[in-house]
Amino acid sequence: MAGLDSLFLARLQFAFTVGFHIVFPAFSIGLAAFLAVLEGLWLKTGRQVYLDLFRYWLHTFSIVFGMGVVSGLVMSYEFGTNWARFSQKVGPILGPLLGYEVMTAFFLEAGFLGIMLFGMNRVGPKLHFFATCVVSLGTLISMSWILASNSWMQTPQGYTMEAGTGRFIPHDWWAIIFNPSFPFRLVHMALAAFLSVALLVGGVGAWHLLRARRAGQQPTEAVRIMFSMAMWMAAIVAPVQILAGDTQGLNTLKYQPAKIAAMEGDWESESYAPELLFGIPDMQNEVTRYRIAIPYAGSLILTHSLSGKVPGMKDYPRDQRAPSYVVFFSFRIMVLLGMLMAALGFYSVWLRWRGRLWSDVLLQRAALIMAPAGFIALLCGWVTTEVGRQPFTVYGLLRTADSVSPVPGGAVAGTLVSFVIVYFIVFASGISILLRGFMKEPHVNEAAPDRHQPQRAAAMAAPISDMIPPSRPTREGE
Amino acid sequence: MDPTGATYWLPIVWAVLAAMAIFIYVVLDGFDLGLGILFLAEPDRTHRNLMVQTVAPVWDGNETWMIFGGAALYGVFPNAYATILPALYLPVLVMLFALIIRGVAFEFRSRMHTERNRDLWDTGFFVGSLIAAIMQGVILGTLVGGIRVENNAFVGGSLDWLAPFPLFCGVAVACGYTLLGATWLVWRTESDLQTTMRKWAGILSVLMLLMIGVVSLWTPALHATYMQHWTDWPRILFVAPVPVAVVALAITMFRALRGRTSRRIPFLCALGWFFLSFTGLGINIWPYIVPPGMTIWDASAPPTSQAFLLVGALVLLPLILTYTAYAYHVFRGPVSVHGETYH
Ligand code: HDD
Ligand code: HEM
Ligand code: HEM
Repeated sequence: MAGLDSLFLARLQFAFTVGFHIVFPAFSIGLAAFLAVLEGLWLKTGRQVYLDLFRYWLHTFSIVFGMGVVSGLVMSYEFGTNWARFSQKVGPILGPLLGYEVMTAFFLEAGFLGIMLFGMNRVGPKLHFFATCVVSLGTLISMSWILASNSWMQTPQGYTMEAGTGRFIPHDWWAIIFNPSFPFRLVHMALAAFLSVALLVGGVGAWHLLRARRAGQQPTEAVRIMFSMAMWMAAIVAPVQILAGDTQGLNTLKYQPAKIAAMEGDWESESYAPELLFGIPDMQNEVTRYRIAIPYAGSLILTHSLSGKVPGMKDYPRDQRAPSYVVFFSFRIMVLLGMLMAALGFYSVWLRWRGRLWSDVLLQRAALIMAPAGFIALLCGWVTTEVGRQPFTVYGLLRTADSVSPVPGGAVAGTLVSFVIVYFIVFASGISILLRGFMKEPHVNEAAPDRHQPQRAAAMAAPISDMIPPSRPTREGE
Repeated sequence: MDPTGATYWLPIVWAVLAAMAIFIYVVLDGFDLGLGILFLAEPDRTHRNLMVQTVAPVWDGNETWMIFGGAALYGVFPNAYATILPALYLPVLVMLFALIIRGVAFEFRSRMHTERNRDLWDTGFFVGSLIAAIMQGVILGTLVGGIRVENNAFVGGSLDWLAPFPLFCGVAVACGYTLLGATWLVWRTESDLQTTMRKWAGILSVLMLLMIGVVSLWTPALHATYMQHWTDWPRILFVAPVPVAVVALAITMFRALRGRTSRRIPFLCALGWFFLSFTGLGINIWPYIVPPGMTIWDASAPPTSQAFLLVGALVLLPLILTYTAYAYHVFRGPVSVHGETYH
């Protein structure tokens, strides 16, 4: 039988692997869209600089996508290896959703990825642009299905429970997919992916701006365009994201009040509730210590009225409370980072208006520091969502303890250690390759793709030649 | 069970679809895993680059069939998914680790600045491919050998797979994949590299025939039901031509390899062997999905789940096959050292 430690290790393993995975798809979602925009701009304006930028970020994309695929492959089997009892009961509902994700998204991405990476001089620019758009669309479709799954676990509906076996039997697929938290989560996640990539692109731009300044040079056009695009995104998307987060909070309050109580560190349900800026929730003694609170703000934020009633953890039996000491902080880090992103965006708009967008060192430093902020916020958001759902895997219906596989703790521990080692080697190498790529400037005037002229010959001469995927097969008569 | 009801035929339709998907996976990822294994036989860097070039644009799609297999099992036969994976916990995870390493090695090897680091990832590519192939064979072997199930849940030990038959299957599958890889390279490369691969294809064909022989004799000995499957009337009608076909393919294969004229036929012959072995396997375990105790009906999700996914599969799978074929078509033709500069 699976003991308690086997459960704990399985949770740790899942959190570790999915936490790694999510970063790369989010990166792919944002970057694929950015690439489609760049290639579209190139086709529309014919300006070389957009193509240069496209190629520059394409190198990053192929690495990031590869890491998304291998870490995702693990996820699709981990439900069976570590969460067998969960799979047995929920498989009839989540399995088909995952099946649709594979058929409508993964195959689509995989089918056109080769053309996107290697096919420019084989299919021509128009068809190539089409392939880029399809890959981008694929990432968005994939996100939608997986979020439908995850949201169903948060706010389940459209099922009946089979007597005796405890299986969830689907009876209304529409209700299952469009469950109450899905639309909110979809918007919030998509914005998060775009924002994360925008900040990263902005950070890389800022790095090159700073470097050019130190070397006493003018920054290249490619660097300026990339930085400017990123700052527009931060200025527009970050505030929208705060709004989206706020509405999602309202939705969570409605459907998962226990999660909100844990996120807020509130013990008593009350009206005119304060908002805690800081505190250390103590689950044992049912208090939150060292509180720094803003009076009334809690009710105002969560219910949009001063007198609104906010739930407290004491409303729920002890064995149904999520570990507040995790979600309280993960939630606050996310929100703080969101605010900082919006501030960065506003500052950039102000500088733009004053004509100093590319020369203000403070902005560049801030953008550089904020480069990873999107991904950190995104991870914190997921920790809030998932840990806040505890102790259930399907909110209110299926306990995490009843989801785990009958696998001995030793086996789980062994594979957990292996995951840590393998992921450390693989992802550390991947990230170092990415960073090395970011250190190089986008090369100016890279040769245009031409059906009759191999791209590679031109690329060989370019300074970033070592970043060009070398495996670029060319057609010869069969 | 009512043979006209959806509860009866939906699992059958899905079993056939799933078998198809697994076969496509085995063929597609088989040749690119085999290609990785052949890295050991081919230390030349230019050749290695060429080898990788033949699959770089398509390998991700090949692996997607495996993800599809997992998802379909999860959604359509959840009890099998929840039994097989815990039973094969270690082989599955080792396989996943191996696939991670070889998957990123595809991307990383070309971006290394020093020869040493590149060689390191090339080794990763080889080891990852080899271990993934062996583990897939072990998984298959354990499944065919039988998994202990009570009340729709796995009750065996976590090292049950560590037995002679599964391990032998591991070696056999790795050997078969390498053959697929070698014949694929005969098709897709030229000159020296092609000559080397023809040589390897010959050696591996002999090995593959041996393995097919051993597994065919060993499997019926595992369970009485398997034995019956082969000798039962009318199944024997399907079974009898199989050895004949294997031999016919062998003759074609060796002639093509020696003749040096056809580039494609060795690959097709290897596919033929895989197809025959795969069908033989299907006949063996039918109608069980987790032999000896769990049939496809025991393992099934409710008809609402199966029907929902089936609608999509019937529309989408043909579409997927079409654009996958298109992707292969775009990158058709042999790759060669000179291929990079049009002459
Ligand atoms: C760049 C990333 C990012 C940023 C800046 C924010 N979030 Fe977020 N947040 C996410 C990325 C994210 C996420 C990773 O995408 C999550 C995890 C699951 C989900 O649906 O979105 C999430 C979850 C999440 C949840 C949990 C919902 C639930 O579990 O039901 C709430 C209430 C908020 N967010 C609210 C906010 C607020 C008020 C923000 C204001 C600054 C904010 N988020 C900024
Ligand atoms: C991709 C972003 C995700 C992250 C970062 C994430 C994070 C986590 C974390 C931290 C846990 C452990 C909670 C705890 O017990 O402390 C967890 C558990 C779990 N999550 Fe998620 N999750 C993500 C997405 C998903 C999705 C999309 C699904 C399902 C479709 C899912 C299903 C589960 C399951 C089955 C568990 C195991 C039970 C548990 O420990 O709660 N997760 N996840
Ligand atoms: C825990 C549940 C999850 C499972 C089982 C899973 C499974 C997978 C698999 C197998 C792949 C590789 C697909 C390929 O071959 O192209 C993948 C990639 C992807 N996943 Fe996940 N995933 C999970 C969580 C998530 C979440 C939470 C998101 C986003 C919100 C997400 C979005 C994507 C996207 C967009 C891709 C394609 C882009 C890429 O490969 O980088 N996944 N996932």
